[in-house]
Amino acid sequence: MIFALVGNQNSGKTTLFNQLTGSNQHVGNFPGVTVDSKSGFIRGYRDVEVVDLPGIYSIRAYSNEETVTRDFILNEKPDGIINIVDATNIERNLYLTLQLIELRIPMVLALNMMDEVRSNGGTVDIEMMSERLGIPVVPISAAKNEGIDELIRVAYETASKREIPKIYDFCSPGPIHRCIHAICHVIEDHAQSADIPLRFAASKLIEGDDADIISRLDLDKNELELIDHSIVEMEKEHGLDRNAALADMRYSFIESVCRGAVVKARESKEHLRSEKIDRVLTNKYAAIPIFFGVMLLIFYLTFNVIGKFLQDLLQSGIDAFSAVTDTALTTFGTNEIAKSLVIDGLFAGVGSVLSFLPIIVVLFFFLSVLEDTGYMARIAFVMDKALRKIGLSGRSIVPMLIGFGCTVPAVMATRTLSSDRDRKMTILLTPFMSCSAKIPIYAVFSAALFPDFAALVMIGLYIFGILVGVLAALLMNHSMYRGNPVPFVMELPNYRFPSAKTVAMLLWDKAKDFLTRAFTIIFFATLMIWFFSTFDIRMNPVESQQESILASIGALIAPIFTPLGFGDWRVSTSLITGFIAKESVISTLGILTSEPGGVTNAIAQLFTARSGLSFLVFTLLYTPCVAAVSAICRELKSKLKGIGVAVFQCVTAWIFAFIVYHIAGLIIG
Amino acid sequence: MTLDKLPIGSAGIITAVGGEGALRCRLLDMGLIPRTKVKVVKTAPLGDPVEIRLRDYELTIRLADAALIEISPVTDNNKDSAGGTAE
Repeated sequence: MIFALVGNQNSGKTTLFNQLTGSNQHVGNFPGVTVDSKSGFIRGYRDVEVVDLPGIYSIRAYSNEETVTRDFILNEKPDGIINIVDATNIERNLYLTLQLIELRIPMVLALNMMDEVRSNGGTVDIEMMSERLGIPVVPISAAKNEGIDELIRVAYETASKREIPKIYDFCSPGPIHRCIHAICHVIEDHAQSADIPLRFAASKLIEGDDADIISRLDLDKNELELIDHSIVEMEKEHGLDRNAALADMRYSFIESVCRGAVVKARESKEHLRSEKIDRVLTNKYAAIPIFFGVMLLIFYLTFNVIGKFLQDLLQSGIDAFSAVTDTALTTFGTNEIAKSLVIDGLFAGVGSVLSFLPIIVVLFFFLSVLEDTGYMARIAFVMDKALRKIGLSGRSIVPMLIGFGCTVPAVMATRTLSSDRDRKMTILLTPFMSCSAKIPIYAVFSAALFPDFAALVMIGLYIFGILVGVLAALLMNHSMYRGNPVPFVMELPNYRFPSAKTVAMLLWDKAKDFLTRAFTIIFFATLMIWFFSTFDIRMNPVESQQESILASIGALIAPIFTPLGFGDWRVSTSLITGFIAKESVISTLGILTSEPGGVTNAIAQLFTARSGLSFLVFTLLYTPCVAAVSAICRELKSKLKGIGVAVFQCVTAWIFAFIVYHIAGLIIG
Repeated sequence: MTLDKLPIGSAGIITAVGGEGALRCRLLDMGLIPRTKVKVVKTAPLGDPVEIRLRDYELTIRLADAALIEISPVTDNNKDSAGGTAE
């Protein structure tokens, strides 16, 4: 038996899903979209599965989230729908309920946050509501785990008995009523043979937003004309156009359901509290400084304190284990190559995968607190105007800022963006935000080539990255993602305390997700690099890295960089190792040059100010590291697109480095 | 007048909702339909978007989109009465 869990954003859907399934969850996939769904078995019912569909406000064909929900219900035909409704915001939540009822599938309404309604002195007459809506209604509090068992029991019973919602006529006598029934009459046979619920099909014909459903009905020209005629008649009589008339019909019905059944709280404690908090957090002068302050604090705690501490702990653990193994292998007299495979290949690989983990977990802890408290919606509200100019909305600012720390969690953080288009665009832009692993490269190069302007070069590079990102965004707006951005009409929910369980589940998910995806690819990449730097082309182990396969590949691709001013094989080889981890660029250069004065001296020998600048621009913009690329593949749900992003970055980097090299040539000479 | 012109703290009754396509449907779906009472709560620090209250919840919309919504202003006596449709 399969249930679909459907509800508005901010209705407590994820919390309810976690309560229903416990830790028994897995991620499902929808082909072609970056929208995710999770499914899991209901606790205590081995054969009852529940699928958590995206949070939506209406079933339209305008966003991927909406079509995913529509397709799942129409095509997969779940045995039942559990519709979660926020009782503190009941009118707007019931709007989706009415659309779901039209789909003619056994359905239960889970009236969430009833504890909050009651504590403010409000009441809901459950029986009366249930009768008026024609479906069972169960009061619950997902956060407090109240009413969940009853919900499961009622849902199971309703689905077992195949109880279709008893009411689906929401129109009172009048023009809209006549119009809907006239259309139903015309399309009845078509809807039946296309296997589309009749009332839903009629609504879609009036609303006209869903070309897919309309074409599936296979109506001929006469029928379409007849339908359009009755809609036009209705508009004339009603005074409202088709879409407004239908929305008006639904809200009027909702008001009649609530009248007498819902006694609203006169004043809600949670709302008053939110107003007070917002007086500070969205204050005209304080809001933006507070936002950057919060982000800085998160950065500081993640990259300098907690995440750093855990990372160091992990690293010293790996180092110690690696040292013990090294001694053991040496004592045992293991072959040098085999020992190198274990120490420099396996341990280095595991180490580089694990080194990301503390940062991801700590960062996501803070992010999920921002999201679950409701502050993330305020960030979108405060920052929207600034981001609109590049075709995004306020929410995208958070992943992009995280990109300055590390691209991997930044890309993973785009998951919470509510539109598929914004998500994809933000993923493409995040790598332009210079990540913290590149700082050592900038620092060493500045020290070697521009000792007097080090700070200026550093800041200049950051700004240059942002500018190229903005340019790329504008370009995308006019090509790939032209047309309708998803409307920015967003709810500002009351501030709430995040649930520990939801936060813990999210952290567990992110850690698992990263490890399973990243392990194979990063591990494999590290082993490849080990292999390439240990052997020469004749498969003989090399004395020094200069004879290795890696160096040969470096020499092979070096001419590509000649027009940029750094066509030296040692530089191109270091760029290859930079794909594993950006920090490696400097260490590889050090190993390959083995200049007595250290890497700074080597750089001063290898580069001029002009070619150094062009190299810095190239490292700023070229492909993100392998961990980031694997995260991009994961979030774009396509390996090909992920690799495409990497290639796109390399080409962009080459072009800009070329421009910088030649402009610098004109200035410096 | 239109919703974007409504001063902060005052309320109005929606008389017509303009716009088209996804945006218009979103506005209607969120409950911004004729005869609904809305109140402007505050403006974002950069002057846009605005926060409005209707049907007992808060929504944020951009000024350009608010300009598509026709309203007739009402004097708001009851502090927290922005809920449901005006009778």
